[in-house]
Amino acid sequence: MSIAITDSGSGMESQLDYSSQYVSFRVDDQLLGMPVNMVQEVLTEQVISPTPLARAEIKGLLNLRGQIVTAVSLRKRLGLPDLEDDRSMNVVTRVGEESFSLLVDEVGDVINVSGRSMEPVPRTLDPHWRSVTIGVFQLDEGLFVILDVETILNFE
Amino acid sequence: MDDILQEFLAESWENLGQLDSEIVELEKDPQNAELIASIFRTIHTIKGTCGFLGLSNLGAVAHSAENVLGKMRERMLEVSPGAISLVLEAIDRIKELLQGLEATGEEPKTDHSTLTLMLDELANLATAPPASTPQQSSPAPLVADETEENTDVTQVDEEPVSEQSPKDVAKSAESEEVVIAEAIPEVQAEPADLLAPAAVSEEAAVRSSKVSVADLSIRVNVNVVDSLMNLVGELVLTRNQLLQLARGDEESKYAAPITHLNRVTTDLQEGVMKTRMQPIGNAWNKLPRLVRDLSQVTNKHIELVMTGAETELDRTVLDAIKDPLTHMVRNSADHGIETADVRKAAGKSESGTIHLNAYHEGGHVIIEIQDDGAGISRERVLKKAISQGLIKETDAPHVTDSHVFSMIFQAGFSTAEQVSSISGRGVGMDVVRTQIEKIGGTVDLASKMGKGTTVRIKIPLTLAIVSALVLESGSQPFAIPQLGVVELVRLSAEDCKKIETIHDKKVFRLRDRLLPLVHLNEVLQLEEDTPEDDDLQDTNIVVVQVGEDQFGLIVSRIFDTEEIVVKPVGRLLKNIGLYQGTTILGDGRVVMILDVGGIFNQCGGSSAHSQSVAEETTASSDRDTISMLLFGVKDNVTMAVPLSLVARLEEFPLESIELNGDRKVVQYRDNLLPLLSIEGAGYGGGEPVDPQPVIVFSENNRSMGLMVNEIKDIIDEQLVIRMQSDRPGVLGTAIIGKNAIDVIDTQYYVTRSTPNWFEKVEDKKSFRVLIVDDSMFFRQLVTTALETEGYTVVARDSCISAVELLEKDSRFHAVITDLDLPMMDGFEFCEWLKSQESTQEMNVIALTSASSSTDQAKARDAGFDEFLVKFNSHELISCLDESFARSKYKTGVNA
Repeated sequence: MSIAITDSGSGMESQLDYSSQYVSFRVDDQLLGMPVNMVQEVLTEQVISPTPLARAEIKGLLNLRGQIVTAVSLRKRLGLPDLEDDRSMNVVTRVGEESFSLLVDEVGDVINVSGRSMEPVPRTLDPHWRSVTIGVFQLDEGLFVILDVETILNFE
Repeated sequence: MDDILQEFLAESWENLGQLDSEIVELEKDPQNAELIASIFRTIHTIKGTCGFLGLSNLGAVAHSAENVLGKMRERMLEVSPGAISLVLEAIDRIKELLQGLEATGEEPKTDHSTLTLMLDELANLATAPPASTPQQSSPAPLVADETEENTDVTQVDEEPVSEQSPKDVAKSAESEEVVIAEAIPEVQAEPADLLAPAAVSEEAAVRSSKVSVADLSIRVNVNVVDSLMNLVGELVLTRNQLLQLARGDEESKYAAPITHLNRVTTDLQEGVMKTRMQPIGNAWNKLPRLVRDLSQVTNKHIELVMTGAETELDRTVLDAIKDPLTHMVRNSADHGIETADVRKAAGKSESGTIHLNAYHEGGHVIIEIQDDGAGISRERVLKKAISQGLIKETDAPHVTDSHVFSMIFQAGFSTAEQVSSISGRGVGMDVVRTQIEKIGGTVDLASKMGKGTTVRIKIPLTLAIVSALVLESGSQPFAIPQLGVVELVRLSAEDCKKIETIHDKKVFRLRDRLLPLVHLNEVLQLEEDTPEDDDLQDTNIVVVQVGEDQFGLIVSRIFDTEEIVVKPVGRLLKNIGLYQGTTILGDGRVVMILDVGGIFNQCGGSSAHSQSVAEETTASSDRDTISMLLFGVKDNVTMAVPLSLVARLEEFPLESIELNGDRKVVQYRDNLLPLLSIEGAGYGGGEPVDPQPVIVFSENNRSMGLMVNEIKDIIDEQLVIRMQSDRPGVLGTAIIGKNAIDVIDTQYYVTRSTPNWFEKVEDKKSFRVLIVDDSMFFRQLVTTALETEGYTVVARDSCISAVELLEKDSRFHAVITDLDLPMMDGFEFCEWLKSQESTQEMNVIALTSASSSTDQAKARDAGFDEFLVKFNSHELISCLDESFARSKYKTGVNA
């Protein structure tokens, strides 16, 4: 089962203002997000083939309709422990020529933040977190931290 | 016909078609500067390529026409009907020449001097600077330069043209038939008929071959073909999936359609592969000339016989084998074939023969290079191998011929007694092997003294779809390309006793040969499989070949062979070094394709790295003795290291050594010095000694210390590594002062102490190059040259699109650009590059056929880092290699 949101990039010119929309997801109860036009699709739990000797952040590879996608555990990448009952959902994004899947605990709604302004992440935040986040929105239901996807997928 | 020539023709026809209408339009609108510039560029491109291909006649006409157009462009010459007529006349001549070239593969030697004279006169008329163009600095030297360059070209190329025998002309006409027939099978008979007279009469052929290359073939962007290939790959995978589903149920109503689908898919796959296929003759067509020249230089009679030139293989593979083939033919001609006197004395015919043969064999292409020369002297190779420490003197009588001859492929190995201008410098055969192994091929050599030598190369047809063995280790499936697999061995539970160990390393006696064994799950750090059924009680060994070594991979299960589509390894997995690709199996699972060479290196096989280090050391110390530092480690074991690698010897009190995480460090000269102890099988760590003796190694301003038990001695000794080691950190064993002593690999420890200090794998793939040129022909030429070198290349046809690309993606290291480009020229482009923060670090190289000193000065002002003249691939590559090395160094220092 997959919820296709938009072809990456192609929705930019449509009438809807995608620039203020973010896909939200939770990792370790933290509400995180990324711009909706960066998300290729969202998938439920997938069969992931492990890649021995790869870095711990890389969970393995999955087959998305014949396309090979590198699955990256967002928990590991953010320095969080793995879930015991791992039923991670996949947020698939395309960076450059390659597709990646960010494994998250749970995917939430697409949140429209129009009218609100993004604030910088607090300086007190752990430097590692600061390096992979762009900013924060204050929502009624809590803080919404926006990730810097390219940096997250850049740990060679 | 040469594929380069073919592309040149196709591109020229395309451009010329446009040119006619443009010129007519120009006549109506003589002030249209853009139009003039566009016409100028077309002619300029043709001229530039002519120079490159050695087409002097065509080049001369194009050059004169270009001069006139250049003057028009600079507004120094009026666009008059007379001038236009003359240019049109020149274009007609160019077309005639191209037609002749197309029909015969040779440039017609018709005389165009009257026309070129008229054109030159017209251009010279304009050289008198009119008042309206004061900004034009000095056109005179430019013309002088270009004329000079042109005469050079003519001089160089006159000779080959005149020496072309009628037989060769006929030959090239024949080969053209093949090309055209391959391209369009449906009209096979027609062009053959049309072109047959070509051999008889050039003139007739020119008139009758109305069907030109441009009409018979369409030019398709390589990307389109690649994406087709990808789609077929997907289809193959889906087909495999369906086949797997249908396998159990033969009664199914789907069985028949699936069988049909299977057949169609296979045909389609073959068809699409065919679009990328080219006859191997394309890689051979320079060889007759090469052999002819060599036979003159060396004063030998050599005949080159080629069979199987029509054997087809994938374009990428073809490009990769061109150089190795040339090298081996050159070797045969230089070393193999004897002079006529020697041959006569040996009772052979005076003229020697080099036989090139290619054929298909089970999904592979076999290429044989056979000569009936002197053969290789086993004794001489053996002597050299012993002196280099590659073979032990005592073993010499037992070593097999094939093992001896395989030494020839080692780096730095040449038995030629005299270094000739052609070969014998000890570089080459190792490069040949590396190149061929890079594309998954193998190379063998057999030789008989006095009878000749045969080199046999086995390469895959294509790199995109390969047959692979699917196996399981640590409960996970993996694939190994079938090409590397020699055989499969299954040992039943009781047979497993036959697996013996030498110093923790498992070996198996396979038909009297010792086969080193490696547990795949250990290499991959996977859990051992728990034997559930009888199947797993057995030991499955996949015997694989890496270079001339064989080793056995122990896996838990062997499934089937499957046609797999190789997909590149993702960016984040690239540096592991054990995978050469990924693929999707019939059941939809993603599996990694193992790189057996990488595995072999990982478990201490003769890794290319340590081997080359060992050879460097041995090579440099062939005669001279070098100082060795002897030191003691645990259990009174003595080890050695060349003193020249040691920076200092120090002693630190034990309490000054601190633990930083799990690493030992000591404060030293206002810095932290990481400390490591000797490790490796049998040595363990050093015992605590107070004060702790430390050997300090330095490289690139960084240092590390090696903790040892005691510093023993420094002695002068010839360092010859007698035995290469497979233990980490040990280079090999050398006889020092009558004792066998292990020499440590300092590189290993230095790398370990600061892992990101420098990248071990020199991966040129990460070095991205952007090429901007409006000629598709040159874009492809340069791209192919650089990709063969391992660089990642992106090409754009204009500066505008390059700028668009760079604004989105500035991760390039070098930019190569033509200067004369529409809309935004190379100078503006360079200035733009140097003004942007994201691109100013890039190495910008001008690659142009305009080589006047004014252009060079202008390029320097615009900020170009290099100025290269079209097109010397070696020059370009060495220029890039340099900038690659610099970027490596930079990232190394920053890490």
